[in-house]
Amino acid sequence: MFTLLDLVQPDNLAEAYQILSDKRNNTILGGCTFLKMGSKRIGTAIDLSNLKLSYIKEQAGFIEIGAMTSLREIETHKRLMECFNGVLPKSVHNIIGVQFRNSVTVGASVYSKYGFSDLITTMLALNTEVELYKSGRMPLIDFLNKPKEKDILVRLWIKVDNRKAAYLNLRNSASDFSVLNVAVSKLEDQWTVVVGARPRRAAIATSASAALSKGELSIEEIEDAAKRAAEELSFGTNMRGTANYRRALCQVLVKRGIMEVLQCK
Amino acid sequence: MQINVTINDKLVTWDVKKDEFLVDTLRSHGLLSVKKACDTSCCGLCTVWLEDKPVLSCSILSLRIHGKKITTIEGVPKEAEEFARVLTAEGAEQCGFCSPGFIMNVLAMKNELLNPSEEEIIHYLTGNLCRCTGYMGQLRAVKTYLGVL
Amino acid sequence: MKKIGMKSVGQSIRKIDGMAIATGKPVYTEDIAMNNALVVKILRSPHAFAKINSIDLSRAEKVEGVECILTYKDVPAERFTLAGQSYPEPSPYDRLILDKIVRYVGDEVAIIAAVDERTALLAMKKIKVDYEVWEPVLDFEKALGNSTVVHPEEDLSCNFDIGLHKEKNIASSFKEVVGDVEEEFRRCYEVVEDVYYPQAQAHAMMETYRAYTYLDHTGRLVVVSSTQIPFHVRRQLARALQIPSSKVRVIKPRIGGGFGGKQTSAVEGFAAIVTLKTGKPAIIIYDRKETFSCTTSRHAMRLKVKLGADQDGIIRAIDMQVLSDTGAYGEHAATVLGCVGHYTLPLYNKARAVRITGNAVYTNKMPAGAFRGYGATQGTFALESTVNKLAERLKMDPTEVRLKNISKEGETFLTGQGVLLGSSSLDRCIEKGKELIGWKEKFPRREIGQNKVRAVGMAITMQGSGIANIGTASVEIRLNDDGNFTLLSGATDMGHGCDTILTQMAAEILEIPMDNIIFVAGDTDTSPYDPGSYASSTTYVAGTATVKAAKDLKNKILEQGAKLLGVSLHEAELNGLAVRTINGDQEISLVKLAELTILGAGKLQLTSYATHGSEVSPPPYVAGFAEVEVDQETGKVELIDYVAVVDCGTVINPNLARMQAEGGIAQGIGMALYEEVHYNDLGKMETNSFMQYKIPCRKDVGKVHIAFEESFEPTGPFGAKSIGEVVANTPSPAIAHAVYNAVGVRVKHLPITPEKVFLGMQKL
Ligand SMILES: Cc1cc2nc3c(=O)[nH]c(=O)nc-3n(C[C@H](O)[C@H](O)[C@H](O)COP(=O)(O)OP(=O)(O)OC[C@H]3O[C@@H](n4cnc5c(N)ncnc54)[C@H](O)[C@@H]3O)c2cc1C
Ligand code: FES
Ligand code: FES
Repeated sequence: MFTLLDLVQPDNLAEAYQILSDKRNNTILGGCTFLKMGSKRIGTAIDLSNLKLSYIKEQAGFIEIGAMTSLREIETHKRLMECFNGVLPKSVHNIIGVQFRNSVTVGASVYSKYGFSDLITTMLALNTEVELYKSGRMPLIDFLNKPKEKDILVRLWIKVDNRKAAYLNLRNSASDFSVLNVAVSKLEDQWTVVVGARPRRAAIATSASAALSKGELSIEEIEDAAKRAAEELSFGTNMRGTANYRRALCQVLVKRGIMEVLQCK
Repeated sequence: MQINVTINDKLVTWDVKKDEFLVDTLRSHGLLSVKKACDTSCCGLCTVWLEDKPVLSCSILSLRIHGKKITTIEGVPKEAEEFARVLTAEGAEQCGFCSPGFIMNVLAMKNELLNPSEEEIIHYLTGNLCRCTGYMGQLRAVKTYLGVL
Repeated sequence: MKKIGMKSVGQSIRKIDGMAIATGKPVYTEDIAMNNALVVKILRSPHAFAKINSIDLSRAEKVEGVECILTYKDVPAERFTLAGQSYPEPSPYDRLILDKIVRYVGDEVAIIAAVDERTALLAMKKIKVDYEVWEPVLDFEKALGNSTVVHPEEDLSCNFDIGLHKEKNIASSFKEVVGDVEEEFRRCYEVVEDVYYPQAQAHAMMETYRAYTYLDHTGRLVVVSSTQIPFHVRRQLARALQIPSSKVRVIKPRIGGGFGGKQTSAVEGFAAIVTLKTGKPAIIIYDRKETFSCTTSRHAMRLKVKLGADQDGIIRAIDMQVLSDTGAYGEHAATVLGCVGHYTLPLYNKARAVRITGNAVYTNKMPAGAFRGYGATQGTFALESTVNKLAERLKMDPTEVRLKNISKEGETFLTGQGVLLGSSSLDRCIEKGKELIGWKEKFPRREIGQNKVRAVGMAITMQGSGIANIGTASVEIRLNDDGNFTLLSGATDMGHGCDTILTQMAAEILEIPMDNIIFVAGDTDTSPYDPGSYASSTTYVAGTATVKAAKDLKNKILEQGAKLLGVSLHEAELNGLAVRTINGDQEISLVKLAELTILGAGKLQLTSYATHGSEVSPPPYVAGFAEVEVDQETGKVELIDYVAVVDCGTVINPNLARMQAEGGIAQGIGMALYEEVHYNDLGKMETNSFMQYKIPCRKDVGKVHIAFEESFEPTGPFGAKSIGEVVANTPSPAIAHAVYNAVGVRVKHLPITPEKVFLGMQKL
């Protein structure tokens, strides 16, 4: 059962961080959808609602997304629908339902580094940075690779560039977790291929990305890159699919992702 | 702890536990239309409006709605009845357990989307599970209600 | 002039409780429970099979607010079954409220009652149980004769010989043979066979299991429960608690869905025993996890089917071998097993020999129970898939094979003991379905580019209407002092609308508006006996009882009216809420008639009763057609279109019938494509939430089209048969067929996931 002893709504991040560090079981609240399923006894719950972190804005070449922004806001944000061929809204489209997405937060979704995450896969294919209260600003990939340590995700920075992108997934049923998800992007000649829900956390297929970045692409080269992605990444088995199936899917979805990006305007 | 909330347009002061969820608070204050059918935020039966947006009352800590506005189906009786007439004329309420949450989301959709397509309707309502009807009758009712083809 | 009240039957009338339930009025069990009820929680076994050595309650009982904690030492030692079946039940008496042996992960160990949920859960944590852990049997294909015996106890019994051999883990076995099957197979031109595995689908009704209990002013136990079977609950509780059944009253409010799940009494006993021990009201509400993993499901099965046909495609021999997993307890084990063949084999009556054999085995998993379709669903998947395979071998259109082989009106079938088929429009259902899905253009497949193929598939099915010679229903109708009517029934509306249907029928016969009838049901103290809503019986059985009672009452009213008007009976007619003379010159309103008859001088309450049980269980039919799109690179199946054409006899209320059909098809689609059941190696169910067990959402069902081809069932009310269950059966075989036609892969383990299709394509 979900239990907490106290709930605070601090007025500034320093205070929030102070409380978070005070005790091991003090916890930041997002939309509580994941927290409430656990049985962890929370000491002081820290609600960031007063910190004005629910916003999406474009400034100085970046799209800035506050940690308390809901997934629904990402889904319906006009500018995000235009940028990067609308991959960010697309990537959250299938997560349960509108009411759910109105409740859950971007901060929790990224900070938790869920293996199944659709959002992280997509953001990893873009030029995304994470701003943490204590550890500061860093590329998303560094954040993902960094060991977990108590901190507050404050906001995300996505560089607005001329990147074309595609997001694909396969789900056993429409509102289930992805069996596999893929994001592919291209900035000038730089390709990035990301595969998530392996079921482990999203990772960049570096060798496939590098191969694609060599220039003109024939269908053979595309297929070869897709095959590389499937070979270079590791896959696991869970209830939703076996490692072998995921590997095969990876090849198909990456190929389709590349083709989609090539057709992007 | 005490919270001040506007529930169905009435300002109230309620005593809530620190780890109490909104669905339980609402039910304990007699707003029994709000149903609960899962522990994983998946079913949508507990849908209410928070500041006019549909949310899952099973996942919102009651303390966090202090100073905010909540609407349940009891707060929109006219609109709810209007849609329920269409729904029942279609025979699209079966056990009815999912209906209040479903109606709250339909009304929210009506306020948010102008002339939605069938695909948009289905997308907006996906978070409302129903095990009885198979969804087709609900869709017919929504389309009739919105006057879209 | 249009007569008032005429034509209730056949109209899409809004359900009489529709507006209340749609707008969230407090009409369900939890809504009407009293606030001060003790909250009941269950401590459950973490082991699949174990003996309880000892239970230490000392710390738990000290928690403030704990009212009582009960263990196996505190419950009566008389075994019973929770199956909601008419007495004497054909299910083993293999349960105790709490047992010293726990037989699956989730089996009940202790009942905790406290002032609130938090307190009960806190106390639960403090209970110490010492188990002797035994080796479980989890694989139902290994249960038969396993060294692990799920029910070693001596006092297990059954009212009938259902082929129970508990030392072999057999809860029930079944065999029916007509003709010489082997010989017929030898003569056949084509013989096909295959093995199928339908899964243990979850009911997943939105309102989880719940009940609350209290003692009334006379000290009787009142049980308010979300149940399909009030009368069976009363009888079961009396036995389980060892109290007279006259001391038990069961009330059923509105129910948030059942689908057969609430034909097994999952929770009532736990609250009831708390109330009996404490004298206080108690409430138990299962959470979603308990609902998934500690109640019942569909029986998972293995079905081997062998079919033989002659050169013309006439099916001459059928052999079915069934292995059914009943889990830890045997509720409905024998009857579901029996229905596998019972509701499939009569589809094809040109067979000269038929054999069906089967075992239902105990395992250390959650028990199976009743679920819409009741064995027919599993049987249909297996038989229809095999018929589709046969058609392909014969190079015949599968719809043609059906049309050649199906039973027709007035015919008998081999295992049918000479009963004639009273009504069927199955041939028309098939023709209509072909037309609606576009069979001619679409069968079997079309490439549509981008590695996608579209294909169609089909299946037919039947069910019963009530249980012949067992199911009965009683109805009472009376004319009230104010000229209105009260209709008393024991039928249990669980959302399917039987309260409305029965009122419609009574209104039709009595020629009055439905508003003049007060419908009362769902209370064992006041309702006439009815076994409950299951076996597709309400419209057909309780409907016939209603018609009988209404006709009888109509006669009594006419007699009384004629007497008061001073005319002979044949000069009187009932019309427009009055008895009139046929020539129209005299009339007496029902209000006046009631006043003169029931009040004061008349001293006569006009009442009629009827009890009906049918000697036959006429089959409704469905022809189901699926169109799918399969991604040849990933194996992903998308359901594009589903057409179901239904023969339920006369359609009493088109809207409600359509809704039954659409809902049943969607449940079938879930079983076919999405609803996966997983246990881990230790026997713990992992698919115990809507997050892990995916019932179809709005985007998963494609487009479902329902059409009706009415027949007229001579034994049914207004020619009606049933519809509630038959609609669940065709999606699995029809979708599997479509997938096969698309990519050449036969998926025989449900559900048909992308990975299974993909793997199948790899092996081609
Ligand atoms: C049934 C279900 C299905 C889902 N399906 C998908 C899916 O298909 N695809 C997908 O991508 N996601 C899916 N999700 C995940 C979902 O999108 C959310 O990411 C997740 O539920 C957490 O959201 P929340 O805001 O409720 O977080 P919470 O439950 O409140 O928090 C989760 C964790 O994040 C921490 N946290 C929250 N905010 C911060 C912060 N600013 N800084 C540091 N730590 C923080 C919390 O302390 C907690 O540990 C699903 C979740 C559920 C419950
Ligand atoms: S109760 Fe299921 S989503 Fe809230
Ligand atoms: S009508 Fe029963 S769950 Fe929707």
